Amino acid sequence: MSGMRYEAPGSVDEAVTLLADANGAARVLAGGTDLLVQLRAGMISPDVVVNIKNISETQGIAADGGGFCIGASVAGAEMGENAALKAAWPGVVEGAELIGSTQVQGRATMAGNLCNASPAADSVPALIAAGATCTVAGPNGQREVSVSDIPTGPGQTSLGNGEFVVNIKLPARPANASDAYLRMIPRTEMDIAIVGAAVNLVLDGDGTCTEASVVLGAVGPKTITVADAAAALVGSKVDDAALAAVSAACSAAATPIDDKRGTVAYRTKVAGVMAARAAAIAAERARS
Amino acid sequence: MAKHHVTTTINGEAAEYLCEPQETLLDVLRDEVGLTGTKEGCSSGDCGACSVMLDGRLVCSCLVLGVEAEGKSVETIEGMADGEELHPLQQKFLEEAALQCGFCTPGVLIAAKALLETNNNPTETEVRYWLAGNLCRCTGYDKIIRAVMDTASDMRGA
Ligand SMILES: Cc1cc2nc3c(=O)[nH]c(=O)nc-3n(C[C@H](O)[C@H](O)[C@H](O)COP(=O)(O)OP(=O)(O)OC[C@H]3O[C@@H](n4cnc5c(N)ncnc54)[C@H](O)[C@@H]3O)c2cc1C
Ligand code: FES
Ligand code: FES
Repeated sequence: MSGMRYEAPGSVDEAVTLLADANGAARVLAGGTDLLVQLRAGMISPDVVVNIKNISETQGIAADGGGFCIGASVAGAEMGENAALKAAWPGVVEGAELIGSTQVQGRATMAGNLCNASPAADSVPALIAAGATCTVAGPNGQREVSVSDIPTGPGQTSLGNGEFVVNIKLPARPANASDAYLRMIPRTEMDIAIVGAAVNLVLDGDGTCTEASVVLGAVGPKTITVADAAAALVGSKVDDAALAAVSAACSAAATPIDDKRGTVAYRTKVAGVMAARAAAIAAERARS
Repeated sequence: MAKHHVTTTINGEAAEYLCEPQETLLDVLRDEVGLTGTKEGCSSGDCGACSVMLDGRLVCSCLVLGVEAEGKSVETIEGMADGEELHPLQQKFLEEAALQCGFCTPGVLIAAKALLETNNNPTETEVRYWLAGNLCRCTGYDKIIRAVMDTASDMRGA
């Protein structure tokens, strides 16, 4: 790491050039809460680190066609302070706010969480359930990509040479819609999820669910979108029978690992429990 | 590789230093600037001993590069007292013996000050969660939490 170079470009184009010229030996620096740990541990030794936080397109939270555009430099703490974002997407914000301590919240970004591509990343299930997209800038210009297409496996992304995520976009919301994210950690705070579950849903005027998305984290190499659980919600009033079906579908879909933090049997069961609880919370929020 | 020349503000005063690109703000504060009140526990973001304020946000200085402080404002434990006059949190920690070895204390104080500046009436649960990223091997936390609650109550009364 002794030869490492540091760059802090002021524009998207300069950042793309720096990244592309390094031919895979560059790393984007956002909040640094994964990157600095990996540098310190010698897990990575990039030739150049490109801090993207001085690029105006990566900064701030803006209203965007009825939804929101969240810059790739926006830390969790800033999301928690945005009342409009919290009211519209409480599940996305609670996922981002679960990342680390108060200190980590001052730095950690959702885009970094996404691009670090940990299967247990806390902000990712709710983003995918929300149908979030992101703007990817690269040598061939910019493209809009579904957030779910970015991670391809543990520590792996679909980003090509010279590409980086500029922002994350949350769509406009109909009335009576909400979301929720819950995770299970063996400790009370400061731990990595052994199960994460996000539910995003829309109700009609009588409280019947018309659209739903259910996404699990930490119980497979990538997030798992559970179509059967969403199908169990749609057409229901999100009652006990529907929640039991969500739970069964999520336990059936989970493919967790076995380790000292949780057995396969435990994680499988808890995936169902967390998803059902998240669905109940999302429905309660959508009704109020 | 050439060192970076960084111009920043530390505890309200203009400061500059030279640093290697991979050096953390924690390394720089301790080794280049000579402010050793900020402690290194883990260097992986887990213990909070290195807590400082960066442009008004509580961060772990071990997770920030020294070069990233360019043009920013850094506040460390050395800036907490006003001359000889201790900050109310520092005073209360002494009175209530909310420390033993003291290694975690600078980070705890910086973090607690940040909390009280945004919320001067926190519940015990809020204090415990806010300080969950500040590990203490000695006190068992209760005295720390009580000292923060008592300071908040004094500051509200004042
Ligand atoms: C003490 C501690 C506790 C933690 N707890 C949690 C937790 O509870 N849950 C959780 O999910 N995570 C946790 N983390 C991990 C980490 O904080 C998160 O993954 C965080 O969201 C990473 O964001 P960042 O902005 O700091 O990313 P960085 O460290 O800056 O970057 C992470 C990776 O993504 C790449 N990258 C960053 N931004 C972009 C971009 N815009 N485009 C392309 N690539 C990019 C970087 O090159 C790097 O490889 C914890 C970390 C610490 C130190
Ligand atoms: S030294 Fe920075 S958190 Fe432990
Ligand atoms: S007083 Fe010793 S670590 Fe907290």
